[in-house]
Amino acid sequence: MYQYTDKDQTLVDERAAQFRDQTERFLKGEIADDKYRALRLMNGVYIQTHAPLLRIAGPYGLLSSKQVRKLASIARDYDKGFCHFTTRQNIQFNWPALERIPDILEELASVQMHAIQTSGNCLRNTTSDQLAGVAIDELEDPRPYCEIIRQWTILHPEFAYLPRKFKIAVSGSEQDRAATQFHDIGLHLVKNDQGEIGFKVFVGGGLGRTPIIGQVIRPFLEKKHLLSYLEAIVRVYNIYGRRDNKYRARIKILVREAGLEEVTQKVEAEWQQIKAQLEVSESRITDMVAEFAPPAYDINAAQDTSYTNSLSNDSAFATWVKHNTAEHKVDGYRAVYISLKAPDVPPGDCTDSQLDAIANLADDYSFGMVRTTHRQNLVLADIKQADLFTLWQKLDTLSLATPNIGKATDMICCPGLDYCGLANAGSIDIAQNINDLLDSMDYIHDLGDLKINISGCMNGCAHQSVGHIGILGVDKKGVEWYQVTLGGSSENDAAIGERLGPAVSKDDIAPVIKTLLEVYLEQRNHEDESFLAMVNRVGVSPFKEKVYAAN
Amino acid sequence: MQLIKNKQLTQDDWVFIEDEAALNADFNIVSWTRWQAECRPLSSQDNLGLRLESDAIIEDIAASLDSFALIELHIPVFTDGRAFTHARILRDRYGFTGDIRVSGDFMLDQIFYLQRVGISSFVVNDNESADKVIAVMDDFSVQYQDSVA
Repeated sequence: MYQYTDKDQTLVDERAAQFRDQTERFLKGEIADDKYRALRLMNGVYIQTHAPLLRIAGPYGLLSSKQVRKLASIARDYDKGFCHFTTRQNIQFNWPALERIPDILEELASVQMHAIQTSGNCLRNTTSDQLAGVAIDELEDPRPYCEIIRQWTILHPEFAYLPRKFKIAVSGSEQDRAATQFHDIGLHLVKNDQGEIGFKVFVGGGLGRTPIIGQVIRPFLEKKHLLSYLEAIVRVYNIYGRRDNKYRARIKILVREAGLEEVTQKVEAEWQQIKAQLEVSESRITDMVAEFAPPAYDINAAQDTSYTNSLSNDSAFATWVKHNTAEHKVDGYRAVYISLKAPDVPPGDCTDSQLDAIANLADDYSFGMVRTTHRQNLVLADIKQADLFTLWQKLDTLSLATPNIGKATDMICCPGLDYCGLANAGSIDIAQNINDLLDSMDYIHDLGDLKINISGCMNGCAHQSVGHIGILGVDKKGVEWYQVTLGGSSENDAAIGERLGPAVSKDDIAPVIKTLLEVYLEQRNHEDESFLAMVNRVGVSPFKEKVYAAN
Repeated sequence: MQLIKNKQLTQDDWVFIEDEAALNADFNIVSWTRWQAECRPLSSQDNLGLRLESDAIIEDIAASLDSFALIELHIPVFTDGRAFTHARILRDRYGFTGDIRVSGDFMLDQIFYLQRVGISSFVVNDNESADKVIAVMDDFSVQYQDSVA
């Protein structure tokens, strides 16, 4: 894991001091509301329904156990004993007092963390694959490049007042687990015909009100040009992006309105002017790759026999391994998903005692590291197969072993009306209602891979438009209604879901989901045809007929 | 208004002249619109400054830069970040070495970034403390990106 240098530490310390000064000036009435708003957003502070919300950066989803313990203590000391993991690998607190946020930023700085640019119209946290460095389908670990990008984005003097927010994601694997095609810039590590590894660059993807799939602006970019190309794109966006309407201000709208060809031509022309001055040197890359060197794996890990015995002796353990662990590139290891989707808990929430326990488990079994996922779960990436059984038992006692990763109850869900000032409708309670209806684990497993995403408004924080089933809360004359979409995907087969039909009432939404699942079970070709595959084969009609006939 | 230049409170000799008015100051700033209409008579003027609004296209202005001793980047609203790129391009790409001042609706807390992209002077409200304006220029002692020299 990247360790802060003196320079990195000085920067986050000085940033905390700067925000303390800004907040004090605001509380004394020396900064106008609208101006302080821009400043606090760039420090992750929203003013929400009940209290400020603080969003902390989880750079490319990587946290040390020490950092996780700090999150636990902040949850205890400044919040109501829990935090929330977001779809951009960040961490949110829902109940801090504004006056104490500068103290929290100092606490974070003490463990090499910050909340810089986690909101606002600026360069946001760079996200990545939760299996980076361990995935079997990985070409190269994306995290060194993420860290190079992180440093470039932090306090970039030219790009702090962009037309709108700007998000970058990097993937190094065949399978895209970072939703890169739905980011302002998506980067894929790829190999060219000469066998060199570089980046395929996507631009103009995004979710929210106008979901758009990113397009390839450059099929191959040499690594040394990474920052100059990003700078060229963002500079063109800063000048030509629309500023007259915030709903038309993302780069995806610029690409759509001007056309990919014109944007590409402007970016390439700008890039030619700056590429020589902004090269990332080979030694910088080598040094950064070394920061993410693999941990000291046990070369004899695969010789353990207890694991296969436990698999055959304990079916609950075998079920958990099947659904909540992933293959690891090192023999004898697996990556373990910690499900933050227990049936009775808001998706993505974690208590202070769970955080402390997870930090201990990371220290005991996974080289002291924890990752966050864009589907709001956590990962312990380096678990010896001999340790899996014990780890499972411990996670189970913590309610962190629900075997539902990638299944119907592994829902992405925004805070919705319960916390968010923007929400039109509840989302946590919808997730709860769906959980209540899907109370049989066997049934959930029979449904196979299924991504249900629930947003409480069209800003789409929970990525509903790319859910296999997407649920969008809308307000109709003060009453909560829900629109359903089918067939979305944020992976390699990126797609925007299609509307099922008219919105349904709050009482009907969970039964409607149940009906959709029944149609699927009745009409799938065979057990291996996933929900998404079936929607792609038959379209929304069979689902629509059943839902609107029944309701 | 007060002018902070090179980290000092400075007497402002420059005057922005409305498009129809006569150039009656020692140091006159004109709009880009006026310059385009009157560039021939204006080019004989000494001590001429150019005011650019945030929708300016710097590439169009590049060929005329030699005529100006000063560029004023006028920010209509503090959320409009185009001036940050304009300053950078004026310095880095076109090598403008004269004073680049910023005016309009920018805030104290943007000054650190503005100086880093090549702004050399700041027109601030009288109620702003000049000491504070100068102090925020040193909010950070480290940075990840090159600043304009």
